[in-house]
Amino acid sequence: LHAFQIFINNEWHHAVSKKTFPTVNPSTAEVICQVAEGDKADVDKAVKAAKEAFRLGSPWRRMDSSHRGLLLNRLADLIERDSAYLAALETLDNGKPYTLSYSVDLSLVVKCLRYYAGWADKNHGKTIPIDGEYFCYTRHEPVGVCGQIIPWNFPLFMQASKLGPALATGNTVVMKVAEQTPLTALYVASLIKEVRFPEGVVNIIPGYGHTAGAAISSHMDIDKVAFTGSTEVGQLIQQAASRNLKKVTLELGGKSPNIILSDANLEDAVEQAHSAVFFNQGQVCSAGSRTYVQEDVYNEFVERSVERAKKRVVGDPFSLQTEQGPQVDESQFKKVLGYISAGKRDGAKLMCGGGVAADRGYFIQPTIFGEVKDNMTIAREEIFGPVMQILKFKTLEEVIERGNDTQYGLAAAVFTRDIDKAHYISAALRAGTVWVNCYNVCGVQAPFGGYKASGNGREFGEYGLEGYTEVKTVS
Amino acid sequence: LQIFINNEWHDSSCGRKIPVYNPATGEKICEVEEGDEEDVDKAVKAAKEAFQLGSVWRRMDASDRGRLLNKLADLVERDQLILTTMETIDSGKLFLIAYFVDLMAAVKTLRYYGGWSDKIQGRTIPVDGEYFTFTRHEPVGVCGQIIPWNFPLLMFIWKIAPALCCGNTVVIKPAEQTPLTALHMAALVKEAGFPPGVVNVVPGYGSTAGAAIASHMYIDKVAFTGSTEVGKLIKEAAGKSNLKRVTLELGGKNPNIVFADADLDHAVEQAHHGLFFNQGQCCLAGSRIFVEETIYEEFVRRSVERAKQRVLGNPFIPGVDQGPQIDKKQFDKILELIESGRKEGAKLECGGSQWGDKGLFVQPTVFSDVTDEMRIAKEEIFGPVQQIMKFKTIDEVIKRANSTHYGLVAGVFTQDINKALTIASSLQAGTVW
Repeated sequence: LHAFQIFINNEWHHAVSKKTFPTVNPSTAEVICQVAEGDKADVDKAVKAAKEAFRLGSPWRRMDSSHRGLLLNRLADLIERDSAYLAALETLDNGKPYTLSYSVDLSLVVKCLRYYAGWADKNHGKTIPIDGEYFCYTRHEPVGVCGQIIPWNFPLFMQASKLGPALATGNTVVMKVAEQTPLTALYVASLIKEVRFPEGVVNIIPGYGHTAGAAISSHMDIDKVAFTGSTEVGQLIQQAASRNLKKVTLELGGKSPNIILSDANLEDAVEQAHSAVFFNQGQVCSAGSRTYVQEDVYNEFVERSVERAKKRVVGDPFSLQTEQGPQVDESQFKKVLGYISAGKRDGAKLMCGGGVAADRGYFIQPTIFGEVKDNMTIAREEIFGPVMQILKFKTLEEVIERGNDTQYGLAAAVFTRDIDKAHYISAALRAGTVWVNCYNVCGVQAPFGGYKASGNGREFGEYGLEGYTEVKTVS
Repeated sequence: LQIFINNEWHDSSCGRKIPVYNPATGEKICEVEEGDEEDVDKAVKAAKEAFQLGSVWRRMDASDRGRLLNKLADLVERDQLILTTMETIDSGKLFLIAYFVDLMAAVKTLRYYGGWSDKIQGRTIPVDGEYFTFTRHEPVGVCGQIIPWNFPLLMFIWKIAPALCCGNTVVIKPAEQTPLTALHMAALVKEAGFPPGVVNVVPGYGSTAGAAIASHMYIDKVAFTGSTEVGKLIKEAAGKSNLKRVTLELGGKNPNIVFADADLDHAVEQAHHGLFFNQGQCCLAGSRIFVEETIYEEFVRRSVERAKQRVLGNPFIPGVDQGPQIDKKQFDKILELIESGRKEGAKLECGGSQWGDKGLFVQPTVFSDVTDEMRIAKEEIFGPVQQIMKFKTIDEVIKRANSTHYGLVAGVFTQDINKALTIASSLQAGTVW
């Protein structure tokens, strides 16, 4: 069994404190193994290594940009080689169904790395005709040492999404992986070494947010921090970053409106809306967790949605029939059950589910609330679990206003056959991504990110390079 | 060795074959099926079919086109020794150069364009009025590509990589002198998994197959690399037929300007390779070396000394610097131009005639005291013949460097950043080093 330690300078280290923490299999609530617990001292070591690797004249700084792309492609090759193992490890640590770890998560990881490998030698500056007899041009330089703090809902994909753009543009990285799901990221670290990224370019620290994560966001020698997680923690990170004014990009929470118009293809809308909420055990930042249905089709939509939810197969994520695994840990499990209670208390109508789905592990029944009102807790706060809220609306203007009435702005969707309505709504919604007649379509070529409290900056696509690029003008 | 259409191998419609020679020995290597107008037609039909709306190629994710290009790069890497050997026998270029330069660049090019495939982006545009406006960057369609013999494999890949990256289909005619690596590439294209009809390879002659491509009514774009003379014919044919889009990479008579403050040894060495690389058979050749008068004598002396060190021989043997010219036609043209240099009064410093008695080798030749009106200063020689001329002032050399119909590349050697930037902005050339 692979040693799950801290990865610095292409070597494995115990924590400076020698402490370890357990990582748990959420299907059984049993401990899988102990993992080295990184804290501030380990972050300091990692930052030192990353800074050294970024020194002017270092192998990484002197490497042809196309060679950076080659290394990223080779990493993708090795991940493909080991995808069966990685998918199994991901399912063990996170609880997501194996069929999806393999066909969705791993596939996205490889695509993301290959996509950014392609950008490595295409981050062009410009030559600019300024006034006066000057030769003026911009250089697109790497930002420097980048702290990256990633969550537990898509451990491998989150890692690839962060490493891809950072390494393509020539930065070095200190990454803190979620304490709930450190295993797959650490395995990938061994592949990073196998591919021969120079030492210090990628450093990975398992540990807790309030210790290792906080150390990263306030570190004086880290030039930029990228965080994906809750809005609450995002705010802490932004504040800590102000200490040295490091650049900050944030991918935070959402309470995304999924708007079903009466002219939508209803069967399709029901199925899409179902996945929009329940995919990945509801643990998706862009989950369509406010399903607004136009009143003419409301009753039928609710009826069909309940029928679909009742069919959802909840069980052992290694079983090929399973659609839904457990929530990631006890804390999330309790939080989701708490929201379900709040829903009942606030007077929403429980249509199905509402309880625990097994007596071992953290399984929750697919749950649907009907007749939800905008001011209910379950309509305002991010639940991050398999709980669907269905709300009724009359007119387009009304639903746009209600859809936008949230601190969040990550994603949204509209289901309709009318091209004018589709354009109108997608232009009106204040959300970083708007899906039309689909949901959670995630192409690594297209930017993703939040308006308002859902975050700052964009990941993926060409836009994803900006957060990792520092523009220098030379005249 | 047949014609490659729709991922299958075909005999030529006209029944003729092209003999392929080893320019180092004069021996015939093999024969290749000769494509003519009818074969071009078949290929265009296949390419058009593969480009149909709704076809596998049209419906493929852009990122998958990139994956296929990367897979093709993997296969080229796998077969690098075969390809290098084939290229050396067919073209006479040095084996080690074919390996370290041609092959490596070929792989890099495929991977580079593999990376662009899913990054060809249009824009959304805020026009006046309540309109949703966006641009789509679509493939042009069926692309005819006509390539030369000086870098057969590299030229093949420089043409197909960007075309395939953007989603086009291709009918490519390799040079009749050097069809072999192109045909091996065709086999790799099939092995990599490109759908049938996406790449079609038709070996043939310029005046038949090439002309058929340039004037074909169903080819949407023609890309040609070769002589300016033929480039004109292609442009004309394109206009006369269906107004197909035309891109041309043609000849050059490239100025290489050496200032007195340059690092002299470095300049001599660079100017030497700048001319003699690939037996002088480079559109980029720095074939007019302008040297500032104060260092002129010394520059000539060192250049001649350097040229005399050049070892000619079997291109497979390490230690050999120069192989044969590609064929008798080129060989004769080079010797004719050398003769014109003598006649018009240039000073022959070294070389000037054939080397050895087998194969098409020309001695490394250096002319000094060359003036701008001489043929060797105006016409593209495409051989190992170096012209060194003298200049006084920067304004003068800029004028003289630009006094040519060509404008491919240029070079400047100086330690003075101002001179460098002035020259770079004044020269009418696509690349300035």
